[in-house]
Amino acid sequence: MRARHAVVYWTGFGITLALLIAAPLVLPEFWRRFLTEILIWGLLAMSSDILIGYTGMVSFGHSAFFGLGMYGAAAALLSVQPPNLGLALLYGLVGAAVVAGFVAYFSTRLRDIYFAITTLIFSQIFYVIIFTWTELTGGENGLTFRRPPLAIPGLFSVPFTSQTLHWFVVAVVTLSYLVLRRITRSPFGMVLQSIRENEARTRAIGYPIERYKIVAVMLSGLFAGLAGVLYAVQNQFAAPDFVFFLVSGEAVIYNVIGGIGTLVGPILGAAFFLLLREGLSRFFTEYYLIPVGVIFVAMVIFMPQGLLGFMRRWLNQ
Amino acid sequence: MSLVPAAPLLEVEEIHTYYGKSHILDGVSLEVGSGEVVGLLGRNGVGKSTTLKAVASLVHPSRGEVRFEGRPITRLPAHRVARLGIGYVPEDRRIFPLLTVTENLRTGLDRHGVTAARKKELLDKVYAYFPVLAERRGQAGGTLSGGEQQMLAIARAMMLEPKIILLDEPTEGLMPRMVSQIREIIDVLHREHVAVLLVEQNVPLTLEASHRIYILEKGVVRHHAPAAELQADDAVIHRYLGV
Amino acid sequence: MRSFTGTWACSVEFLQTIPFDQLLIQTINGIVTGMILALVASGLTLIFGIMDVVNFAHGELFMLGAYFGVIVLAATGDFWLALVASSLIVALLGAAIYLTTLRPLLGRDPLTTLLSTFGVSLVLQNYALWQFGPVARKIQEPFTGQFTLFYLDYPWYRLVIALLSAAIIGALWLFLKFGTFGIWIRATTQDRVMAQAMGIPVPWVLTVVFAIGAGMAGASGVLFGPLVGVNHAMGLDWILKTLIVVVVGGMGNLAGSIAAAIFISLLEAYASLWVSPAQAIIVSFVVLILTLLFRPTGLFASTPR
Repeated sequence: MRARHAVVYWTGFGITLALLIAAPLVLPEFWRRFLTEILIWGLLAMSSDILIGYTGMVSFGHSAFFGLGMYGAAAALLSVQPPNLGLALLYGLVGAAVVAGFVAYFSTRLRDIYFAITTLIFSQIFYVIIFTWTELTGGENGLTFRRPPLAIPGLFSVPFTSQTLHWFVVAVVTLSYLVLRRITRSPFGMVLQSIRENEARTRAIGYPIERYKIVAVMLSGLFAGLAGVLYAVQNQFAAPDFVFFLVSGEAVIYNVIGGIGTLVGPILGAAFFLLLREGLSRFFTEYYLIPVGVIFVAMVIFMPQGLLGFMRRWLNQ
Repeated sequence: MSLVPAAPLLEVEEIHTYYGKSHILDGVSLEVGSGEVVGLLGRNGVGKSTTLKAVASLVHPSRGEVRFEGRPITRLPAHRVARLGIGYVPEDRRIFPLLTVTENLRTGLDRHGVTAARKKELLDKVYAYFPVLAERRGQAGGTLSGGEQQMLAIARAMMLEPKIILLDEPTEGLMPRMVSQIREIIDVLHREHVAVLLVEQNVPLTLEASHRIYILEKGVVRHHAPAAELQADDAVIHRYLGV
Repeated sequence: MRSFTGTWACSVEFLQTIPFDQLLIQTINGIVTGMILALVASGLTLIFGIMDVVNFAHGELFMLGAYFGVIVLAATGDFWLALVASSLIVALLGAAIYLTTLRPLLGRDPLTTLLSTFGVSLVLQNYALWQFGPVARKIQEPFTGQFTLFYLDYPWYRLVIALLSAAIIGALWLFLKFGTFGIWIRATTQDRVMAQAMGIPVPWVLTVVFAIGAGMAGASGVLFGPLVGVNHAMGLDWILKTLIVVVVGGMGNLAGSIAAAIFISLLEAYASLWVSPAQAIIVSFVVLILTLLFRPTGLFASTPR
């Protein structure tokens, strides 16, 4: 049984991966970029699934982590010439980690709704800081910069094409998925899920749940920051809009639509939402968010487990 | 001798309830006649409280039916059941802590079709029965002692002018002196022609106060007899309750 | 001891560098904004206290109140009629939102209601954008005219807003304290199950409370309209501030929210003497952080909730 599950799972994984790799070879430019963006937002949503789906903490703070990853990368790409990918990754991840640590320290002592509200307010705090500290962050207009080449210093340096960038993103997202999957199935991940099921009992058994929660937030923040770095590299700009709490809200929407606690669900949720938005915007011009919002609310009420929710146990085995 | 009255006020027929996957009530049936005092005994956790909650519609049985005055009430929402004339006094009282004594009483008093004169009448009556409550009428419910809260909980249910009151372990946590007061209150209810379905751990009190007794074990009624019979021969009590 | 008097002397000296009239103006400004914020926050707190729902769409109800105010004002020319009509419309809208998107979620995890109201806020925001366009509208003040405060002119209207907001909150308090429905609301807030067992029609009570909260938000929108431009995004600022106020005041604590609203608004008003309004909001963030660190149940929480 276990063996058969593994075969089916990895076959599915392989097929999906193959499709993603083949995509840029067949898709027109617009859809190529679209797919890359889906993956990046999917990574953001996946990172928040660690909190929502596995630890049971709904966070609205991910826009801060994403934004700091983005601005961190921007800082690296603007301050150090020639632009260096590795440095962008480093700055971005460190930035996101610091912010995540800060938010984690204050918020994790609170439960449920209070946690959600506090993380929301924190992402707004960072929004305001970034928005008003114009000298450092470019304020409202954000920052623009050049895309770094794919480089291992001393070995080779190759500028990204739209195709190779897509493959790079596929690689990063796939790796992130595998890492996160490994973590959720580890003893650490089991404790997180136990916290989600019954926090009081987990605490009573003797686990220092505050510490686990803080690590969970930082882990989640790290991968959200990674998504921010990827976004910066792909689009070559950073703007405060991405730190606004609505972006966190969208990540949560992807989670709910796709199915929390599945890691893969949120990516699908992002795809569903972005495709829906793209499709509806052809008909409804600017007001496509109305039917999208209605669909979202309907899903919360009638399909709370999301698109992949029924596969949740299976995906986590 | 027919045990049950001809046209019972309350009929519970084969109700089943679940809590998650646990099967709590596994086909409970009982009846209470107009003005009767019926006791429900059993060890901890057999489902006595759940039975009362099912009658009050605070818990919805997945199978079975509850009928009040002949009409099925199983699917009705709890507030309609209360208005029909079923008063509920829960375990641990649950009076409204931040409402005053009077306001607590008013939650039952302020109903459609009750004139101001009648409201005053009912309030005066209940304050006559419970002078302690009259003394504390302006105090917040949460500041009352355990015994006073129990009186308030019962008085509050009486404000509904119910035909039956469901009493869930009224003597729990009370001093022995207060137990006799509870006994008196049950007598008062009986005099007012209010039926009582009494769940209790205090066996002697229940045997004294009730006309008939049901004994519950693991979610089913195992024994049903007039109280007098059980008072005379307590082997059955020993068997099911171990006291 | 010496350092204490030293700090005290420094502070006094510092305060004396601020012109007194500016201090007074900002105090009044703070109270005015604070009263409106209190009105909005009371609605949110009321709703949260009784049904554990954080109404994310509250800011949009505020915004729609302002827009409906614009419409009624344009049609009738009567500001006060606009205020009343708009509040009623938003209250009804609130009831409709509750019945369709929140009632089905009542038994579930409270976080689903947060998500649901978030979705509703998206819909309402974009609906407003669609119907009214991106250009800001204006509500005319019902009366102009200022009085002189020192050598500056301060508009009467602002004082009237503060008084009206206080009056509405006062009316709410009276309603809750006396009268049958007020008792029903308080009982349901304290113990929803026992309220049902006492024959209180809880589903109806919940709907009405949501409508009242919505109506209060709508009224705030109309009152605040003349102070700023009315546009579809104005709810976002307010929901943020309202959430901060509600957490600082103690969730579910009505008096606490009101106190916190005035407190935070005053601090922000004073802060805007030195920094821009966009940055003054950092004050509320700082207050929130301090509250979370030292008194997480709420700065003004009198009774533990």
